[in-house]
Amino acid sequence: MLPEIGHFSLILALNLCVLLSVFPFIGSVKGDVVLMSLARPLTVGVFVFVALAYVSLTAAFATDDFSVLYVAEHSNTLLPERYKLTAVWGGHEGSFLLWIFMLSGWMLAVAHFSRSVPLDFLARVLSILGMLSVGYLLFLLATSNPFDRVVPLAPADGADLNSALQDFGFIVHPPTLYMGYVGFSVVFAFAMAALLSGRLDSAWARWCRPWANVAWAILTLGLCLGSWWAYYELGWGGWWAWDPVENPPLITWLLGTALVHSLAVSEKRGAFKSWTVMLSILAFAGSLLGTFITRSGLLTSIHAFASDPERGIFILGILVLSIGGGLLLYAVRSPLLKGGVGFELSSREMFLLTNNVLLVVAAASVLLGTLFPMIFQALTGKLISIGPPYFNAIFIPLMIPLIFFMAVGPLSMWKSTSVRSMVTRLGRVAMISLVLGIGLPLVITLEFDFWSIAGVGFALWISLSMISDFGNKIRKKSNIVEGVRGLSLSYYGMQLAHIGVAVMVAGISLTSSYSIEKSVLLQSGESTDLGEFNFEIGAARSVSGKNFSGQEVSINVSKDDIFLTELLPQRRVYFASGTPSTEMAIDAGFLRDLFVTLGEQKENGAWSMTLYVKPFVRWIWLGALFMVFGGLVSAADKRYRYLQESVDKNKKSLATYSSGKTADVGV
Amino acid sequence: MKPHRRNRLALILFISFGLSVTVGLTLFALSQNINMFFTPTQVAQGEVQPGQAFRIGGMVKEGSLVKNELDLAVRFTTTDFVSDVPIAYNEASGILPDLFREGQGIVAEGSVDAFGIFQATKVLAKHDENYMSPEVKAAMDAAKLLNADESDLVNEELTK
Repeated sequence: MLPEIGHFSLILALNLCVLLSVFPFIGSVKGDVVLMSLARPLTVGVFVFVALAYVSLTAAFATDDFSVLYVAEHSNTLLPERYKLTAVWGGHEGSFLLWIFMLSGWMLAVAHFSRSVPLDFLARVLSILGMLSVGYLLFLLATSNPFDRVVPLAPADGADLNSALQDFGFIVHPPTLYMGYVGFSVVFAFAMAALLSGRLDSAWARWCRPWANVAWAILTLGLCLGSWWAYYELGWGGWWAWDPVENPPLITWLLGTALVHSLAVSEKRGAFKSWTVMLSILAFAGSLLGTFITRSGLLTSIHAFASDPERGIFILGILVLSIGGGLLLYAVRSPLLKGGVGFELSSREMFLLTNNVLLVVAAASVLLGTLFPMIFQALTGKLISIGPPYFNAIFIPLMIPLIFFMAVGPLSMWKSTSVRSMVTRLGRVAMISLVLGIGLPLVITLEFDFWSIAGVGFALWISLSMISDFGNKIRKKSNIVEGVRGLSLSYYGMQLAHIGVAVMVAGISLTSSYSIEKSVLLQSGESTDLGEFNFEIGAARSVSGKNFSGQEVSINVSKDDIFLTELLPQRRVYFASGTPSTEMAIDAGFLRDLFVTLGEQKENGAWSMTLYVKPFVRWIWLGALFMVFGGLVSAADKRYRYLQESVDKNKKSLATYSSGKTADVGV
Repeated sequence: MKPHRRNRLALILFISFGLSVTVGLTLFALSQNINMFFTPTQVAQGEVQPGQAFRIGGMVKEGSLVKNELDLAVRFTTTDFVSDVPIAYNEASGILPDLFREGQGIVAEGSVDAFGIFQATKVLAKHDENYMSPEVKAAMDAAKLLNADESDLVNEELTK
């Protein structure tokens, strides 16, 4: 019964979405307040029914209802509770339902928090999001219904959730990534609504900015969790592999980062408006491309769902319609936009423009590398793949000038800033980062390594320039407390995010330079050295869990004959699927990770295993967390808070609506 | 020229210069990093020169997997059910993935040596047991076309 309720809720939600995409939109064109006011209640209705469908599917998992095909394929009676509740997103159908659920959640948030936004504008935003939801729901119902039953006989037990997914990372990574992805739909809808109404001004940028910041922050978190999960689960000690499905979120993230900066210029200076709208469309396109690549099965990837090409074509249809529609609207309406105020070659606008160009070029080159195998195959029929060396060769040289300008931009002035003042302000920072950047790695390791020097130097360059700017700003005030209070939350957010980049740059360069690993075959009682650490193999013993059994090997790690930690890597076999799986053992630390993956046991009792020492690898995710907090803190700035007076003003402007004040409306 | 025109010109020149450098570098990097993919049949027919780096994909042939007991060397045969190619791998460059098994689709990177043995530097198996990578699928499809008479047999093998 419950699955039918879920199915029925989805159909109802689809109907409500159709209403949402038609009536408030007509209302906004005609200036009809009643029709426009439908947007909010309809959005609430969509959310309620999508949530109901989502809960029904979760309930089917929780109660082991294997008469539902999707549940039978992705769960098992022995599956631990926490995975039963989250196995909803263990496959294509359910994860797309999660995607729609996230979108309806964002829509509800827009309806709730945008009370100061004029009603006609809000009606357009929600109605455009409604149109997207129509596409997604149609796709779900037509090609990938998660509520399909197995008729006539339900299997006694399910096939189990893929053993590689039975992990904490699976609980947190997909929902976060989807939430970030879908957040860019909101930004897209704001941009489209602005194009439609012709109201593309600083006020629009101010409404849009907190949403862009939050979506960006959540996407950053999603990427960070994915990287962390891949690191400890996949067992090769890597934190980024340039996998074709990892790349679209990165492309979206790069475009989103450009967008967040470009919105700042649009809000503060009224410039780059057209470009900002373009970036909103592109970031949204990136998020759709991600789903398309994952679900069409066109590329080789660890993420790919076993899927049929029909789905790919359907998603391609949604992609072409929404992005094509967006670009068409852009082409028609953007020439009407007035250009912003002028600025000089040495100005904050110019530095931010450079930042944008670099980020967009980086996104484009990652996109090229990701799609090139597909294009090549279509043209020549030959199968190829593009390796990580391509991405590293392109990405790193683009990031270096970006990092350079990261210190320059925040210290410069809008409109015009003299080169000489920048040199005096940053000269000392440059000297210190140069000396310490070369000195620190050299003194500590006694080796010359270019990338670690560059990494430490650039990390210092960013963080010291931030600290010096912070100091200058505070010194202008009479006392420190007043100085600290006087700065806006968006300034603190920017500081945090930029320092996050510094931490990440240091982490990436140091872990890439100094990581060591080796694969060995060792018996109990034997030991081996890796770097300054000694790994001694102890006894093996059997372990078992609710749905698996396996073996565990004890490994004692010591340094200079002092015992550090015991690592317990496992090798498991899951009952339902019979698939073997390795569980690495990690000793995580602020300065280094020690980590072991276990292979097979040979006949003479020796175990094959790979040992890793990874210095500073945690800094990569620590830096990402700084960025996440930075994004959230700046979205909480009080100038985005919706004041009562603006709500009142909004009511007043509504009253004048019926008297035909809608000259700027309509295409 | 008026100052703002001069600024705009400088800006356009600056951006187009940057773009052309980037496009040039990107295409160069791309051309340097293309990994070709070949099926076991193509390799058996000698389409690949010894020493040339490429990717091969197919099934791990049933009964072909031999793991040394005293070191980490591994040997197996990959097949598209038309031709077989022997593969040598050493787990010292990384333990084989969890899903590496006989009858499972794999993709290996490396090159063929003078004795016709594919020396793999990396072996990939996919994490989803229902999922077959496009490369392996393409190899199977190509083999099926070649071998239409025996297609029943191939299907039987595949459904095992």
